[in-house]
Amino acid sequence: MLILIILGIALLTTLLAASCAWHPWVGWASAVASASVLGFGIALCVTTTTNAPVTALGGALRADSLSAFMVLVIGTVSLLATLFTPRTMQQEIESGATTTRYAKRYVVLMQVFITCMLLAVLTANLGVLWVSVEATTIATTFLVSHRRTDGAFEASWKYVILCSVGIALAFLGTVLVYFAELHVRGVHTSASLDWTSVMAVAHHLNPGVMRLAFALLVVGYGTKVGLVPMHSWLPDAHSQAPAPVSALMSGVLLTVAFYALLRFKSIADVALGTTFPRALLIVVGLASLLLASAMMIAQRDLKRLLAYSSIEHMGLLALGAAAGTPLAIAALLLHILGHGITKSVLFLTSGEIYHLEGTTEIASISGLLTRRPVLGGIFGFAIMSLVGFPPFSIFVSEFSMARAEVDAGLWWVVVVALACLGVIFAAMARHTRHLLMGGDVVTGDGSTSVARSTAIPLVTGLVACVVIGVVAWPIQSLLQSAAHVVVP
Amino acid sequence: MNSSYVGALELASGAVLVSAVLTLWRRQVLSIVTLLSVQGMALAAVAVTLGLHEHEKGLLITGVLVFIVKGIVVPGLLRRVSQVDPNSRESAPLVNVPASLVFAAILIVLAYVVSSHVTSFAPTEATKLAPIGIATVLVGYFMLVTRRRAVSKIVGLILVDNGIAAVTFLLTAGVPLIVELGSSLDVLLVVVVLQFLIVNMGRDGRLDELGEMKALHD
Repeated sequence: MLILIILGIALLTTLLAASCAWHPWVGWASAVASASVLGFGIALCVTTTTNAPVTALGGALRADSLSAFMVLVIGTVSLLATLFTPRTMQQEIESGATTTRYAKRYVVLMQVFITCMLLAVLTANLGVLWVSVEATTIATTFLVSHRRTDGAFEASWKYVILCSVGIALAFLGTVLVYFAELHVRGVHTSASLDWTSVMAVAHHLNPGVMRLAFALLVVGYGTKVGLVPMHSWLPDAHSQAPAPVSALMSGVLLTVAFYALLRFKSIADVALGTTFPRALLIVVGLASLLLASAMMIAQRDLKRLLAYSSIEHMGLLALGAAAGTPLAIAALLLHILGHGITKSVLFLTSGEIYHLEGTTEIASISGLLTRRPVLGGIFGFAIMSLVGFPPFSIFVSEFSMARAEVDAGLWWVVVVALACLGVIFAAMARHTRHLLMGGDVVTGDGSTSVARSTAIPLVTGLVACVVIGVVAWPIQSLLQSAAHVVVP
Repeated sequence: MNSSYVGALELASGAVLVSAVLTLWRRQVLSIVTLLSVQGMALAAVAVTLGLHEHEKGLLITGVLVFIVKGIVVPGLLRRVSQVDPNSRESAPLVNVPASLVFAAILIVLAYVVSSHVTSFAPTEATKLAPIGIATVLVGYFMLVTRRRAVSKIVGLILVDNGIAAVTFLLTAGVPLIVELGSSLDVLLVVVVLQFLIVNMGRDGRLDELGEMKALHD
């Protein structure tokens, strides 16, 4: 029932947005919808942690604690992003950057985007999971090209081509899993390709077929996750999209694709043993970390810097998944939540900076802390959270993942990863110092202080990161339960 | 019955691969699109042949769907985009035509090597043909990487997709219908999205510059 309510809210809001002309209250309605998705998501978390997984529509939809956790992440990040929708659109309409027609399209597509992500984590079927992830590509393309500049069109072109090509590989991988399952069962049933049904026969799946399938799935879904070698769309798309869209894409779309990988990893671990999946994930994880650290040192654009940081964090997730112990998975999920909130706060802040300063080029922005103390302060704390300072939750999750990796005998991976994190820390510190304290000291002009409606959600997000970092109690049992879904 | 089934299946899947290779040979963008339409219809024939043989109603429906979407609608959309400049040609691909054909031959051999695991695991008349689908996927990637025109790139993307569909039919007699419907819809929408982008970029006279897009870089 909860599943249907959550999807129903998302769907109805989409229809509402599609049937009304643009008005700020449509934007607020979508924020209310996100808040209720979050509320029902929490209820779903409680239900699935204490009881068995729930299903709906004759088993077509299914939520265990892993799905429920993802609903929680989607709800949180989309609440942050949709709270900024009315404001962003009003600003753009006033400055002539967009029209009411495109503002309406923007809200509709945001809702379609959110609905597709919810469907991806709530479907029982691995094929429908693929269809939903692919559908997010279509919705977000128009959102990336929303500004209708040359750069925006170029970014969306690269985004569609690369993601479609990548995700096609994931489809081939899914088909091979289906092929292997079909051979064990002999006949096609209505439950074929359901995750539970594949897991039930995972011991008997043909290893030759599964090895090829898992490799295709890692590269395929890895494209949407933003893992090397198919990452190159990410900095372009994230830097060209409007800030709330970047927040949603970076904060949760990447990890929804990662969720798909986790589902297939549980199958592959049983069918193949952990060696092969682990090796593959270590290769893509370390490659992503190395690339991100190299690209962040000399980065000139703030949003691209944040985009490369997303590649870094997705690499960390891949390494956590490679370790694969219950502790590693629980830490990885916590990391998904912490990174989702922090990164969306940062993208939304960078949208504010862009609105006030007219640019996101790092060299042209300086002294934020003195000129715009509130915005600069939020930005500074969010960066501290991102690079893993305590008491923010990313510190806890990175530390626990590292510990789990050492326990799993992957100490050399931890050494390389820490070296990359050191470089990234230095790069982030240098850029942040310039943004916050660089340049000539100018006192604030006072005319453009940040509105309270902007600051409150961002600060709340950061406080939430501290709370889940310090007292994990609200979600600890949920994380453990979800980890045991991945590692039965 | 059996020999005519095998013959029809081989003919149809052969046509899928041959039309893929021919797209590398032709330069005229419009005739590349026509070849794509032929491939879509051949793919539908694969589905229908298998559906008749296995008495699978779902596969027959899929066949009709593939015929409409990949045989008619998608090529129709692409034809409309290419009509902006009907004589447009793939004049300077990154790899020239004779070399492309040699590469295609290598890719076909590669496809057989890669898929030997899968085919030897369950050798039937249909699964033995699965490498043809893999080869089509590889040719599609090759086209995507080496051709510069926007429409050719989209054709490459659809070749990849058609190749995967062929693998799906030959290995598993089609994925569940709901997934098939979803993926067909996705393909259609991707083409619509790309068409939208071409139209918007073409408005600035940048249609020829897709190979050299470099507004965004580090």
